[in-house]
Formats: sequence, structure tokens, C-alpha cells
Amino acid sequence: MAAVRLESVSKRFGKNTVVDDVSMQVPDREFLVFVGPSGCGKTTTLRMIAGLETISDGKIFIGDRVVNDVEPRDRNIAMVFQNYALYPHMNVYENMAFALKLRKMSAAEIDRRVKEAAEILGIAHLLKRRPKEMSGGQRQRAALGRAMVRDPDVFLMDEPLSNLDAKLRVQMRVELAQLHRRVNTTTIYVTHDQVEAMTMGDRIVVMRDGVIQQTAAPKELYDHPANRFVAGFIGSPPMNFLAAELLSEGEKLYARGNGFKTVIPAARAERLGELPTKKVVIGIRPEDVRVTATAGADSDSTVEATVDVVELLGAEQLGFVIVGDQNLTIRTSPDVALPLGSKVSLAFNAAKLHAFDPESEAAFF
Amino acid sequence: MTRTARFFRIGLPLTLYGIFLLLPFYWMLVTTFKERQELLVSPNPFLIYHWTLEHVVGLLTQTRYLHWFGNTLLIALGATLLSVSVSYITAYAIIRLRFPGSKPFGTAIFLCYIVPPAILFIPLGEVLVKLGWFDKLWALIPIYATFLVPFCTWLLIGFLKSIPRELEEAGRVDGASNLLVMRKIILPISVPGLITAAIFSFTLSWNEYLYALVYMSSPDNKTVSVGMTSELISGDVFQWGQLMAGALIGVLPAIVVYFFFVEYYVAGMAGSLKD
Repeated sequence: MAAVRLESVSKRFGKNTVVDDVSMQVPDREFLVFVGPSGCGKTTTLRMIAGLETISDGKIFIGDRVVNDVEPRDRNIAMVFQNYALYPHMNVYENMAFALKLRKMSAAEIDRRVKEAAEILGIAHLLKRRPKEMSGGQRQRAALGRAMVRDPDVFLMDEPLSNLDAKLRVQMRVELAQLHRRVNTTTIYVTHDQVEAMTMGDRIVVMRDGVIQQTAAPKELYDHPANRFVAGFIGSPPMNFLAAELLSEGEKLYARGNGFKTVIPAARAERLGELPTKKVVIGIRPEDVRVTATAGADSDSTVEATVDVVELLGAEQLGFVIVGDQNLTIRTSPDVALPLGSKVSLAFNAAKLHAFDPESEAAFF
Repeated sequence: MTRTARFFRIGLPLTLYGIFLLLPFYWMLVTTFKERQELLVSPNPFLIYHWTLEHVVGLLTQTRYLHWFGNTLLIALGATLLSVSVSYITAYAIIRLRFPGSKPFGTAIFLCYIVPPAILFIPLGEVLVKLGWFDKLWALIPIYATFLVPFCTWLLIGFLKSIPRELEEAGRVDGASNLLVMRKIILPISVPGLITAAIFSFTLSWNEYLYALVYMSSPDNKTVSVGMTSELISGDVFQWGQLMAGALIGVLPAIVVYFFFVEYYVAGMAGSLKD
């Protein structure tokens, strides 16, 4: 059990800065997820914590100890790799026992730990198998088992589910979350999949180009993204972005663009009041757009759209519509009629509206 | 594909190729067991009309063939062991330790292999004389290593590259030192590559002719290839029967080696490790 802390950590390969001045804290027992597109530096950050990459700048603490110059084997961490990295010439039992043997643990203790972990992971009947004789899911469990028996200070997981098929991934996601609750060890988990991040993390770190964009709990991240990148990355289908101008009418502030006009709630309008250019990008999630019966039924938010494509997903449907010259995705009940090519009237849920600076992409709200 | 098309596109070419490859061996075989007169005059030279073991017996009793055989075996095994061990450690260092200049170093090693022995044997001879190793049988072991190590290193580099780096990283995180990772994780996985390298080394040493001919002068230190050509050919008189008997026995070790390890050999050449 240990907390992990990064202080202004950077990693450069030649002239390339892959991780740029990253500082953060992972409290003891937290499940922290690094998420971002490929090449954003999340894996490199994890590997620096593991000690598999040197650190160009900054300090990494595990517990109270600076581990910059500590060998991976002396950090008391366990890592699960994307391709599992099980030793192919050993069976599952030997794979799991390997680290314990190196620690000169007694055979009885090794046996107890391996069997206990195998029991928890449901692979007790596979202990004699070689990795190549097992399915992807079983190998994944064996790799987790190898990490668990160590009883490490920190678990590091590098996209452990991305080699599994979709169905198994959902199942393992749940099992991993249960496992974390059970062993209660600080876990740092890297993924490019925002669904994994949202469902598993106590907190999520969103990275782009080596820089942390936002660190927050999943709900906070979803409801209050710090910038346009985070807003677009978290959520599927992604948030809609529409270019708009600010417009005051009486007491009310509106955002108006080609084909739509929507009110900005008074509480939030203050934050835009001083804006000199009057240009913003508004963001609205697909589920926060509703189809209204007639045009202008909601005077605070009128959106005129043409239905382009409809995808029926069963429990819901996604409508891809065109507003003026901009695309918009909406998520509705499958009962709402959206005939292709027809004109529909939409309204935005003003309380869920976001606005971003078109230049810096930072969120106003 | 119909059966006929299959025969013409696959069966026939393979058969012709097989005949082309195996004909020398067949010739060796029939010559070994033919009577002396029949070697020169025969209605059909591809058949044996009168069987005999006189060439084999003659080879084993009248020449020092068994001694040469022992010499060759000793040298080939020694050179193989030395070369494969050195190459494995070198290849590992080049691939995994990524020291400065490791890439050009790898290329340089391969370039060594390209220099033909015919160019090297005079300067190398000088070195041997200075060291006092001339006409010492065991000296062939390090001499053969001069061309085996570059080749095996190059082969093992290719093989080690195919082993996922994560395996080593997992080992390091699990608590193993670099040396321990190499011994306990990478070495067992490298067995197919090592066997391939060993087969190559063994065959190349077994067949080596030039260095053994030039550097070994006393009859006691001759290898099979040198002994046979120097003792069984005098001027233009060829002891064909004994020569072929010697060649036939001489290929047996190579055949045995390939026969038992062919699967590893293929895996090693493909450089792949399916987990």
C-alpha cells in the first residue's frame, strides 16, 4: 500500500518531449486511470513509474521514497502488460510463483499465495497449463494473478484489456473493478478507451501530447470538462460543437448560429458577459438535445435541422442531423420518428450547455 | 487445381529438384558398395551388380579414418559450443542493452562474415605462428570461431529481436536482475534459435577444409575432409571406393543432427516465437 506522487515529471526522447511537466498525486488505494489518444504519453508515464523508462526531469515518489534511480525490481510494484507477457516456457503456477521465488519465499507460502490468487481469479484448474494453451481471457487472468500474488505497493496496468474481444472486455472490466475493491491496492491503469476509464476509475487523468488536460472523477469529467479536447474525448458519441455568436435580447443572453438560437442560463451568462469577441463554441451532448413537436415550441431554444442518417441501436437511436452547415448528433428514444431528409425542430437542454473559447479551447462552463 | 495440374505445378518440379539434390548422395552410396572393377566398367553405373564391403573395411583398417573422425567431431563440437555461447551473449547485448553504437557494431560483426577465408588464411596463419598454435589441433576451435561467431551472432540477433521486450520487463518488475532475466527467461525461450545456430556451426566446422588443410600439418591432426583428400588421392590416382565410403560415413553426423532438430531449425530460421 502506498501513494504515488509525480512532481514536474518530463520525458524526452532526443528533441521529442513525450511527457511534459506532469504533476499529480495518487492517494493510497485509489484506482486512477490515465486516458488519452495514442501517443499522448500515458504509457510512457506509467513506464516511468514502473522504472522501465528513465526520467528526464522531475521526481517520482512511491510512498515517501524518491524512486527515480531505483531499479524496477526494488520498487515493489507489479505490472500487467497489454500482451500479458507471460513467460511462455513456464506454466501458470510457475509464472505466478516466479517473483515469489526470487524473493526467497518458502515453498509453502508460495503455494498458499498462488492458490489463493488462482481461486479468486477462477483459474485454479489452469495452473498446470502453459500460456499458449489458454484463451486470451485466461491469460489475462493469469497475468493478473502474477501481479496479485506479489502483494505489491502499486499495481500498474498498461491497456490490459485491449487484446480481448468486446464481450470479454466488458466482463473483465467488471471483474477488475471487483478485484480492486477486494485487494484495495493503489492501481494506475492506462487505456485509450474512454468507456474503460469512465467505468473503472475513481479518478481519471486525461492526457494529450504529453500534457495533463484534466484530472477529475468520472462524473465531474463528463459534466464539467475543462476544455474542448476533454469534452470531445469523453463520451460516446462525442459532444457536439457548434460555432456561435453571443447575442443579448432584453435580460437574456443567447448563443446564435446558423440554424439555431439557444438561451444561456443567467447563472452562466455572467462568465461570458465580458467576452470582447462575442464568439464562442457551444457544446451539447447528444442526449441533451430533444426533438420538439413544432417549430418554436420552446422560445428559449430553437434549432432547425435536417435528418441525414439514423442509426437504431435497440434501446436508443442516434440521429445525425444537419443544422445550418454544421453536423449535430442526437440521441433519442427509438420511438421518436426521424424520417430521412425531413426537417425537425430540436431544443437544447440549457442547463447542460457548455461553452468553449474558440481560440484557447478552454471551457467557460 | 485438378490432380494433373497439381502434378505438373508442384509434384514434377519437386521431384526433379529432389533428384538433382539426391543424385550425388545416391552416387556416393552405390560407389561405396560396388566392387572395384565395376566402378570403371559397368553396363549400368546406377546399379550394383556385385556387392562388397571391401572399401569400408579398407577405409577403417588401412587409413586413420576413425582418428580423423574423432578429431573432426572434437573440433566441431568445441567450435560450436564456443561460438554459440559467445554469439548468444553478444547478440543479447546488441539487441537488449542498446549501448551507444550497438547498431553499427551489429552490422560490423556481420561484415566480418563476408570476408572470405581465402583472403584471411595467410594473415591468420601469421597470428597462429606467433601464438605458437600452429599445428595444434585444438587451435582449430578458436579459428573456426572467427567465422562462426559473426554468423551465429547475426542469426541470434534476428531471433532475439522476435522475443517481446515485455517479457524482459515483466521479469525486471518481478524482481530479476538483467543477468537473471537473461538466464531464466530469455535463455529457455531462445532454445530454437540456439539449436539453429548450433546446427549451422556444427555443419560448417564439420565441412571446413581450407584452415584445417593449411594449419594442421601432422597426420595426427587431420580432420576427415583433409585426411581423405590427402591420403586417398595420390596424384591422379583416386581411391574412389574408399573416398565415397569416407564421405558416406562423414555425412552421418550432419544427418543425425538435422534429423532430430529439424523442427527447432525451422522455428529458428523463421525467427518466430508463437506464444
